[in-house]
Amino acid sequence: MGQWAGFGKGLLGEAFSFVKVFLFLQATNDHVGGFVLAKGPSMLPTISPSGELLLMERISVQLGKVRPGDIVVVQSPLVPKKRVAKRLIATEGERVTYVVDPKNSDSLNTIVVPKGHVWVEGDNIHNSYDSRNFGAIPYGLLIGRVFWRVLPFKDFGSMEPHEK
Amino acid sequence: MGTYSNFLWSLAKKSLTAGLIAVTISDRLASISPVHGYSMSPTLNPKTNTLPELFSRDYVLMEKLCLQRYRFSHGDVVAFSSPENYKQKLIKRIIGLPGDWVAVPHSYDVVRVPEGHCWVEGDNSANSKDSRSLGPIPLGLICGRATHIVWPPRRISKLESRIPQSRLSSS
Repeated sequence: MGQWAGFGKGLLGEAFSFVKVFLFLQATNDHVGGFVLAKGPSMLPTISPSGELLLMERISVQLGKVRPGDIVVVQSPLVPKKRVAKRLIATEGERVTYVVDPKNSDSLNTIVVPKGHVWVEGDNIHNSYDSRNFGAIPYGLLIGRVFWRVLPFKDFGSMEPHEK
Repeated sequence: MGTYSNFLWSLAKKSLTAGLIAVTISDRLASISPVHGYSMSPTLNPKTNTLPELFSRDYVLMEKLCLQRYRFSHGDVVAFSSPENYKQKLIKRIIGLPGDWVAVPHSYDVVRVPEGHCWVEGDNSANSKDSRSLGPIPLGLICGRATHIVWPPRRISKLESRIPQSRLSSS
C-alpha cells in the first residue's frame, strides 16, 4: 500500500514540474521572445512565402528601441488575432513617400507619420497589404522584432538589417 | 551550513514558481489596476468634494480572457494603449463595434467603425480623450476589460455594460 502512495506522489511531482516548465516557456514567450512561423508573399525576397521559422524578441519594442529597417511582428489593425511580419519604414514625425498603387500607376504620395504611430511595409510592395493600404499604425500594435532565421537551415543566421 | 543553503535554494525555487503562477494569472486571467483621471466619472473615480473621495482612487478588476477572441459587447469598459503614446493606458467605454455607424457628438458627421476597430468614449464626455479626438481604436490595442470595482470597499460593485442614454439613437 505504501509503495503506491510513493509512486503516486512521484508522478504528481513530475506532472507539477512539467507544468512549471510550460508556464516558464509561456511567460518567456509573452515577455522576452520566441519562435515565430512566418509565411506569405509580402516579405519576398527576405522571407519565403512557403514559410520560415524565425526568432523574435520583444525587448526592443517594449523599450521603444526599434528602428527603421527592422523586421517587426505587428498585430493586424483589421484582424486583432492575426500577426503579420513587415519591415518598419518610419516612426512618428518622419516623412514617408510611397507609390500609391504599384500595379497601376507611378503616382507618389507623401505623408508624415502621426505621433505615437509607425509606418510598415512588406519588402514585396507588389503583393503586400500594409501601411500603404491601412495607414500608419499605433506603436502599441508592435509585438516584437525579428532578428534570426532558424529554418530553412541553409539560411540559418542573422536577419539584422544594419549589418552589411 | 549545508541546511541553510538548502533552505535558501528551496526558498528561491518556491519563489520562482509563485512568481510564474502570478505572471500567468495576471497575463491571461485577470489583474487589478488603479484608475487615474476623471474621464469615466462618475462610473469610475467619481469627482465629489468629500474628503475621503479626494484621496482615494478606484481599483478595477481587469479580465484578460476577452483577449483570446477579441469579442466585445457594446458598453464594455476596456483598457487600451493610447494610439498617441503606447506607454500610456486609457480606460473608456466601447460605444461602437466594427461595422457600426456612430454619430460624432456635436457635429453632423457619422462615422463607420472599420473592421478590427472600435469607437470608445469616456462616461464624462466633458473631460475625456477618446475616439472623438483619437478616431476609431484598433482592437489590438486593448489590454483588458474592467468587470468590477474592487477598491475602495464601499464602492465594490460590478461594472454594467450599458451605453449611456445620451449615446443611444432615437429612431
